[in-house]
Amino acid sequence: MTDFSKQIRRYTLIILVHLGVVVFWHLSVVISDIPDYVMPTPVATFLSLQSDYGWWHNTLITGYEVFGGYALAIVVGVTLALICSWFKILETLLMPLMVSLNMIPKVALGPLFIVWFSYGVDSNILIAFSICFLPILLTMERGLKEIDPDLIDLVRVLNASRWQVFTKIQLPGALPYLFSGMKVAVVLAVAGAIVGEFIASEEGLGYLMMQVQVTMETSAMFMAVLLITLIGVVLYGIVLLLENLVVGRTNQVIRN
Amino acid sequence: MSEPFISLSEVRKVFKSKKEDFLAVSEVTFDVNVGELVSIVGPSGCGKTTILKILAGLFPYDGGTVKIGNETTPFDQSKDIGMVFQQPLLLKWRKILDNVLLPAEILGLPHKESVERAHYLLDMVGLHGFEDNYPDELSGGMQQRTSIARALIHNPKLILMDEPFGALDALTREKMNLELLRIWEESKKTILFVTHGIQEAVFLGSRVIVLTSGPARMADNLSIDLPYPRELDMKTHENFGAYTRHLYKHLGLN
Repeated sequence: MTDFSKQIRRYTLIILVHLGVVVFWHLSVVISDIPDYVMPTPVATFLSLQSDYGWWHNTLITGYEVFGGYALAIVVGVTLALICSWFKILETLLMPLMVSLNMIPKVALGPLFIVWFSYGVDSNILIAFSICFLPILLTMERGLKEIDPDLIDLVRVLNASRWQVFTKIQLPGALPYLFSGMKVAVVLAVAGAIVGEFIASEEGLGYLMMQVQVTMETSAMFMAVLLITLIGVVLYGIVLLLENLVVGRTNQVIRN
Repeated sequence: MSEPFISLSEVRKVFKSKKEDFLAVSEVTFDVNVGELVSIVGPSGCGKTTILKILAGLFPYDGGTVKIGNETTPFDQSKDIGMVFQQPLLLKWRKILDNVLLPAEILGLPHKESVERAHYLLDMVGLHGFEDNYPDELSGGMQQRTSIARALIHNPKLILMDEPFGALDALTREKMNLELLRIWEESKKTILFVTHGIQEAVFLGSRVIVLTSGPARMADNLSIDLPYPRELDMKTHENFGAYTRHLYKHLGLN
């Protein structure tokens, strides 16, 4: 019961702080009399949903790009880290390269991706993927390295297959690391998809922002930013939920 | 007398590196009979672990012969070895029962029977009632007992123990020595017990194999004529003292 009421109090506080910011935003705009096209009120921002900008469609497109790029990054990142853990020579060759690649500002690659793959949803998925896959690869690789080699010997004595070693020892052991990389990657995936839409696209919230910028409809731009944020929050929430389900106990142990 | 269960003859192991080759084990020769508990003692880093890993099939060796199994007791490399390391090496995301079940899962043994056996083994190592706990909720000694139960779950014929009680405090260690003797008498397994504790080696083993340091060479193969079941009282026995003095001398500690 006390635990439950503590939770309620925590969430109430979180909601109150968010609402407080919205109220502050509204009041400061009204009081300082800033014109609407510079800084719309929250009310004006939400009212822009009534305009026919294909909100639903554009949000779905951007969401699809973010989730698609993110999922691809997890599959490729985890697989590559695993292959590197099997073949040490690959790890020696690839990992320093990956660290260097990580230093490239991936946003700057956006125009190149458009040249290579033309514009559209698929290239935006690729941009989102390229920007968020390295943190996932690097944390997964680290997590696999942290596993005690004796633990692997323990099952190798029993002639365990690579797949058994992976599913029973390596993956569960590396999951806490993977999740920390996945959380960083959420923000990056969202940024990647939006950058792609900024550079060249025909749909998505980034595209919408470029359109309404021309007509100075700032309230719609604000609304687009809010929706983009919402996509990130939903994805982050899913990752947190998964983390709690899968490694909640292990993390608790580490924290204690 | 039947054929020995384990027979090592002039086993050599060289670790090759670019700079120079390192001879870790040189001409190690000894036999172990079925159901024997043999201690291997030697200074730290003398290659004791290397010998265990060769027996476990984890390392190839560079010379000599290693033979495990005889006509009455055949041996299957992948099914008949249980290992206990210095660290308990439990999977922290699995409950105690599921940790014990790990080898059974790897070998694909029938689940229901394995669970029954896991319960039986946890009872035997004195962990009844802890099946649903996580490893971090147990003391170091209890964790190590879990790993002993895990080493027995697939009913292997040979248990290889690599300084299993080295990380425990002195009192717990004494207690675990007694427990191990009880488990050994109950399970009738062949056990190879690596340690750097001379008293522990004499107290447990029916024989003590003494290795000298780098490379591991045979210094002695000493029969310990103390009756089983052994009790702590025996440590004050005259013979016990004679054996340990003899071993200390071998290891240059007199």
